[in-house]
Amino acid sequence: MELFGCFFVAAADGGTSLLALLTIFMLAVFVGFELITKVPPTLHTPLMSGSNAISGIAIVGALLSVVALGGEGEHAGMARWLGFFALVFATINVVGGFLVTHRMLAMFRSKK
Amino acid sequence: MNALLILPLAQAASGETTSGSLLSAQGADLLYLIASIFFILGIKGLTHPRTAVRGNAFGAIGMLIAVAATVAGPALSGHAFDFTMIAAGIAIGAVLGALTALKVEMTGMPQLVAVFNGFGGIASALVAGGAFLLAIGTETSLQGDIATAASGLIGALTFTGSIVAFFKLLDLRSLRKIPGAIPGQKVLNGLLLLGALWFGVQLVQDSSQVSTYYAICAIAAVLGITLTTPIGGADMPVVIALLNSYSGLAAAATGFVIDNNVLIVSGSLVGASGVILTAIMCKAMNRSLTNVIFGSLGPSADGPSADDVYGGKVKGASPDEVAMLFDGAQRVVVVPGYGMAVAQAQHTVRDLANLLEAREIEVEFAIHPVAGRMPGHMNVLLAEADIDYDKLKEMDEINPTFETVDVALVIGANDVVNPVARTDPQSPIAGMPVLDVDKARTVVVVKRSLSPGFAGIPNPLFAMDNTYMMFGDGKKALIELIGVLKEE
Repeated sequence: MELFGCFFVAAADGGTSLLALLTIFMLAVFVGFELITKVPPTLHTPLMSGSNAISGIAIVGALLSVVALGGEGEHAGMARWLGFFALVFATINVVGGFLVTHRMLAMFRSKK
Repeated sequence: MNALLILPLAQAASGETTSGSLLSAQGADLLYLIASIFFILGIKGLTHPRTAVRGNAFGAIGMLIAVAATVAGPALSGHAFDFTMIAAGIAIGAVLGALTALKVEMTGMPQLVAVFNGFGGIASALVAGGAFLLAIGTETSLQGDIATAASGLIGALTFTGSIVAFFKLLDLRSLRKIPGAIPGQKVLNGLLLLGALWFGVQLVQDSSQVSTYYAICAIAAVLGITLTTPIGGADMPVVIALLNSYSGLAAAATGFVIDNNVLIVSGSLVGASGVILTAIMCKAMNRSLTNVIFGSLGPSADGPSADDVYGGKVKGASPDEVAMLFDGAQRVVVVPGYGMAVAQAQHTVRDLANLLEAREIEVEFAIHPVAGRMPGHMNVLLAEADIDYDKLKEMDEINPTFETVDVALVIGANDVVNPVARTDPQSPIAGMPVLDVDKARTVVVVKRSLSPGFAGIPNPLFAMDNTYMMFGDGKKALIELIGVLKEE
């Protein structure tokens, strides 16, 4: 737990209590609703693929689990493999998602 | 490569264990905050086609910052981690992702989005699983346990649901025989959900058993399959939007597991995006989410039969006859549907539009929100064909103007132009907003046959006095029409 412990310590230092996390969650949901209702229907597909790429943020968590130290608890080996596959999937999402969104958006043109 | 990234990686590669890190915990958190701002600016950019490319780049920069902060932050650089494993994981993922993104055809976009949704879901579930395994034998927080259970449930469900959606969208002939709904489907789904929740409660009560987490994931995985299998065809946009939302929620839940703000912020942005798109899609079909997921759409027993509606009233027209309709026309509206995507006719449609515009005819495109298989499907195809996005009109904008349309050209659309939705309250699509093409002076429908659309009901539009049916493959029929128009 030492690994994620760093985060928990950081959390204690920075005062990120559950309430703070929930506050962030709720505020982000509101920002999301406000912004996304303004996205025109013509861009709904790029919105989906772009937000897909953003949900590849799990890559951060994946990086943290890959570095799980061997020998630290009986499940560390397994945890590392879960992290590895998470890393592969999340990277596909991030790289593929941003690239394909860019490809699509580059096609939207106006002659005006 | 970012200097922040290189140093700790090099140290790790040389097997050195460093006690300090490049970034303090506060420093890493600050970078996460900056990354979150970039994500928000990225989505803001998507509110207009002009700023959208830049917005997407902002998103990518945000991701780079988040990754850099993680690698340089205290959680990693304090440990001798396996650099090869990280490099291999990123390399495999980057190559697969880039190849897929660069090779996919625009018509294959719904499948791609579906499968990427699934990958986002499974990544979150795996991360939560990894964190759970590491925490076994230590004191865990109630918040972490609840979030772990939620992450596993949503993540696994999103993964299998998306894979099923992917195969449904491929529309393989060999898969069509698989039965949609099985008897007792709803009961089965309910039991699976209860089972997954029960194991979730177990996990919260006793977080020392690995098997509990696996059980949640396994049951949720089955639930993802049984939920998605019966949904198909025109309901696909709702399913994809919903799975999109789930992939975000799974990431947000994982953020609660590992106490990480950037996961929570980006996960909730994506979750909100998916929820809004789902709501828009449901509204465009005048159906509730529950009805899309659990209900079935089919012809009502007492509805008019195809013979009643079409009997002797449908007029076929040759390309020559249709070409004549454009003589003297001033305003033409093209209504694309899923059939245009299937026939890959978007470039031919563009050629036709250019030809008509050369005759000083005003050409616009009327896009129904659920036309196609995912939100915005038609817009992407028409953009690919280099059609000006200003000419793509939303339903609410173009509907009041159909009276002044000389020719409405419907290409591979059916239910979204069925006037019955307005006129017959008994119809399965009653109340669904439709494009009022029947109010245009003349209507040309390019369609393979009179077979019903997803709703399974006949469309009186095809039998109207001012409607001409051009039977055939969308692309071939339009090429013939273009040929005739060019000869004139």
